[in-house]
Amino acid sequence: MPESKTEVLQGTLDLLVLKTLDSLGPMHGFGIALRIQQVSQHLLQLNQGTLYPALLRLEQRGWIVSKWGVSENNRKAKFYSLTRAGRKQLVEQAESWGRMSSMINRVLSTS
Amino acid sequence: MRAPLHIFIHRLAALFRRRRLEDDLDEELRSHLEMAVELNLSKGVSPPDARREALRNFGGVEQTKEFYRDQRGLPLLETTLQDLRFGLRMLRRSPGFSVLAILCLTLGIGANAAVFSWIEGILFRPYPAVAHQERLLALAGTARGEAGADSLSWPDFVDLQRNCTLLDSLFVSKITGTTLSIGDRAEVTTGSIVSANYFDAIGVHPILGRGFEPGEDSGRNAHPVTVISYQLWQRRFKGDPQVIGKTQRLNGVYHTIVGVAPEGFYGTFVGWAMQFWVPASMEEIFESGGYKLEDRGARWIEAYVRLKPGVTRQQAQQEISAVARRLEADYPETNRGRGIRLWPLWQTPFNNAGTLLPTLEVMLAVVAFVLFIACANVGNLLLVRSFARRHEMTVRLAIGAGRGRLLRQLFTEGLILAAFGAAGGLLLAHWCRHALALLFPSRGGVAMHLPGEIDWRVLALSAGVCVLATLLAGLIPAMQTGKIDLAGALKADSSGVVGGHRRAWVRSGLVVMQVSLSFVLLVGAGLLLHSLQKIRNTSPGFSTHEVLNTGVNLLAAGYDTPRARNFQDQLLDRVKALPGVGLAAFARMTPLSYGSYSSTLISVDGYQPPPEEQPTVEYNEVGPDYFATMGIPLLCGREFTPADDEKGALVAVVNETMASQYWHGRNPIGERVQVKGRWMQVVGVAKDSKYESVRETAKPFFYVPLRQNFSPRVGLYIRTPLRPEAMAAPLAREVHALDGNLALYEVITLQEQLHRSTSPQLVAVTLVGVLGGLALLLAAVGLYGVMSYAVSQSTRELGLRMALGADAPNLLGLGLSRGLALTAGGVLFGAAMALALTRLMGKLLYNVSPHEPLAFGAAFAVMTLASLAACFLPAWRATRTDPARALRD
Repeated sequence: MPESKTEVLQGTLDLLVLKTLDSLGPMHGFGIALRIQQVSQHLLQLNQGTLYPALLRLEQRGWIVSKWGVSENNRKAKFYSLTRAGRKQLVEQAESWGRMSSMINRVLSTS
Repeated sequence: MRAPLHIFIHRLAALFRRRRLEDDLDEELRSHLEMAVELNLSKGVSPPDARREALRNFGGVEQTKEFYRDQRGLPLLETTLQDLRFGLRMLRRSPGFSVLAILCLTLGIGANAAVFSWIEGILFRPYPAVAHQERLLALAGTARGEAGADSLSWPDFVDLQRNCTLLDSLFVSKITGTTLSIGDRAEVTTGSIVSANYFDAIGVHPILGRGFEPGEDSGRNAHPVTVISYQLWQRRFKGDPQVIGKTQRLNGVYHTIVGVAPEGFYGTFVGWAMQFWVPASMEEIFESGGYKLEDRGARWIEAYVRLKPGVTRQQAQQEISAVARRLEADYPETNRGRGIRLWPLWQTPFNNAGTLLPTLEVMLAVVAFVLFIACANVGNLLLVRSFARRHEMTVRLAIGAGRGRLLRQLFTEGLILAAFGAAGGLLLAHWCRHALALLFPSRGGVAMHLPGEIDWRVLALSAGVCVLATLLAGLIPAMQTGKIDLAGALKADSSGVVGGHRRAWVRSGLVVMQVSLSFVLLVGAGLLLHSLQKIRNTSPGFSTHEVLNTGVNLLAAGYDTPRARNFQDQLLDRVKALPGVGLAAFARMTPLSYGSYSSTLISVDGYQPPPEEQPTVEYNEVGPDYFATMGIPLLCGREFTPADDEKGALVAVVNETMASQYWHGRNPIGERVQVKGRWMQVVGVAKDSKYESVRETAKPFFYVPLRQNFSPRVGLYIRTPLRPEAMAAPLAREVHALDGNLALYEVITLQEQLHRSTSPQLVAVTLVGVLGGLALLLAAVGLYGVMSYAVSQSTRELGLRMALGADAPNLLGLGLSRGLALTAGGVLFGAAMALALTRLMGKLLYNVSPHEPLAFGAAFAVMTLASLAACFLPAWRATRTDPARALRD
């Protein structure tokens, strides 16, 4: 197990999923997992299974919706897409993440 | 925030589509893994490795599903439903246990719910159809230096109405009895004299016709109109829709029916259902004492007020007191020393709310005891079962159930039992809601009206009791679960060894508690019974046997004074001539009856009252031979004779207390006393007796001749050894011979009168007695349960004893002595508790110390007998043990 891999921070998985759906458009769970791992250049350690309770949670909040569809290689899969509320949420969460990370960076760099 | 609700609905909806969502989830995860495998294969990995790699990246399919399910549904609700289903199944599997436990809880919760409903229906919400009862208060007068309440005068009421700004309304409602005649059928019935604003003020709208109009409560006998009750309309007019405008005679005077009150409205008097209402202008027809609407000194009305929203009783009281002080200053001759006071409805001084309050207070404590005893029984039953279920519990713990989960299961089962008990209990309370009135003797054939009320407040309280019962009953087995020792239990379980000393100790503790609580109730019942006996055997100062009481209402029959006098004289002569009759006399007021004596300010020669005090004394108007007939001894002087009539000198007879209070031991004979402005000479001193209540202390009282203070509405007292049933017919015949239209009141002995006046005590005894008996039964069941269980668990020991030579009497003695030891412990605790608690019953006890040894002794005897009975069967069963088998098994 490479030691440089980072655990997904509590609460950030939602943001990652929202962002992924925003850039990819409607996508199934496996696609989302793959995309997150690719974008993070496999530095993020993600148990793909944990994605599903997160997807359900986002759906319960009305930020994403799901629909059964057919994948690129003709397999039945559930596709998730962002709702308007979800897009708004993404903007808000991204902003607050930006503020938070720049603040932490400042604190770390001044010491 | 919309989100939490959104999420909740989403999750709730998921509960009902579980099957589909589960399939969806399976399919989604399967498709995920297949895509992953495909991807790995396309990278050239071997098929088994591709699958392994995909699963590793996924990280636990079943685990994911579990997380997913928790996120999807409502786990708390789901496990609760699971617990409920399981609990119901467990209860169905042991129906004997379930029925017994539910029965105990039904009795416990039902007794509580019934008492709650009585308190609600009699004390807090006594007038169901009346709007905003929470702002309703009773209004009555007070006299300086006297406890309790007095009536108000009409002019004072009108001044209050005019001057109070914090009140929505003030209205009068004064109960009256009358002879109602419709066509040629007459009956005695109960109604109210009310102010004209009555129906508007209470928010009750007649279903036919109208209420009273402003001004209908003024003018002497000016408005002979009446509103009748729904029951009267149905019963006497067969629900005739054309009834408005018809007439009925009330006390002989024709009244036009202007309205019919709605169904379920019984007026505003706790204890009796009103059948009609008349405006105050007609009071002279119903009340003795002449026309009183302009007499500030005539105190006769009972009133209520409704506060404006947001006004407190204290604020309203301040305003009313200010008005009362002004009245005192403006009208010193009638109002000196007089105040006006507001009372919460549940303390209303002028109806049965006040009479029943102490009884209902004690009942609250009593039913709480019954509930505890019932819960202890159920706890005991659950405990026995928890022993039987120890294997199940142990296995569940062993395969990983949390102790919290197990506790929840136990409490859920307790809650199921309690819920069934509560449902049964409410049904019981519903059946019992009219039971209170049945305990009171009916008067003149009319039963009292004391309905319980089961509204949302009673339901909420009962639900609270149900939860309390669950906790109490579930707590004990739950404590035991905490003690399960996994390894030990799994090993020892099948061998059937008794559950150790601790468990037995808990069960015995419960029985001791039950015995002690029911002992307290038995002592309470004993004290009340003893007190009732004392009250009923106490001498009221007049003969109760051999004196009959009845009466004729000449006022109702429309007699004027000369005709009434003539009639009274003739009737008295005829009655005295009847066989078996010794003496007979008239008097206006019957002692110990509901009604009020006349009262007056007095002045006495040579007596200087303390400043700020008006000596007010009550008196009765009595005819010749009254004292001899009633058997009230005269200490000196003479009693009234036929010569003390309107032509004779004004005279009075005072009682002992009055003589000593106002003449300080001097002989008052020949002295003068001023009554209502007239000087009277004292001609006799009578021994003190009881006037309004057996429980009253000696008070000043005097008598004046009926002839000099005439009333056409009098009671007739007859000294005869004959029974009332034997006298009723001849008396009715004599009355009929004089006037065919007159009806006689019920003929009763004065003993009966005394009994009626003490019926609240009888009710208290009956209620505490019944519930004490119930408690005793429950405790005996508990004791029986513990003893049978002990015997069934110690067969081996018993067998051994028999094998070693113990015979049946030995074993019987052993069994009984164990049960009696528990009883003794309970009695000891109970006695200590009773010593501390029975003081609270003080208000209900008459001449009985709360620590009366007789009551404690009787309770001890009853408790001992009950426990002997409860222990006998198990002990006897012990003697039937077959030693050979007991030792072999």
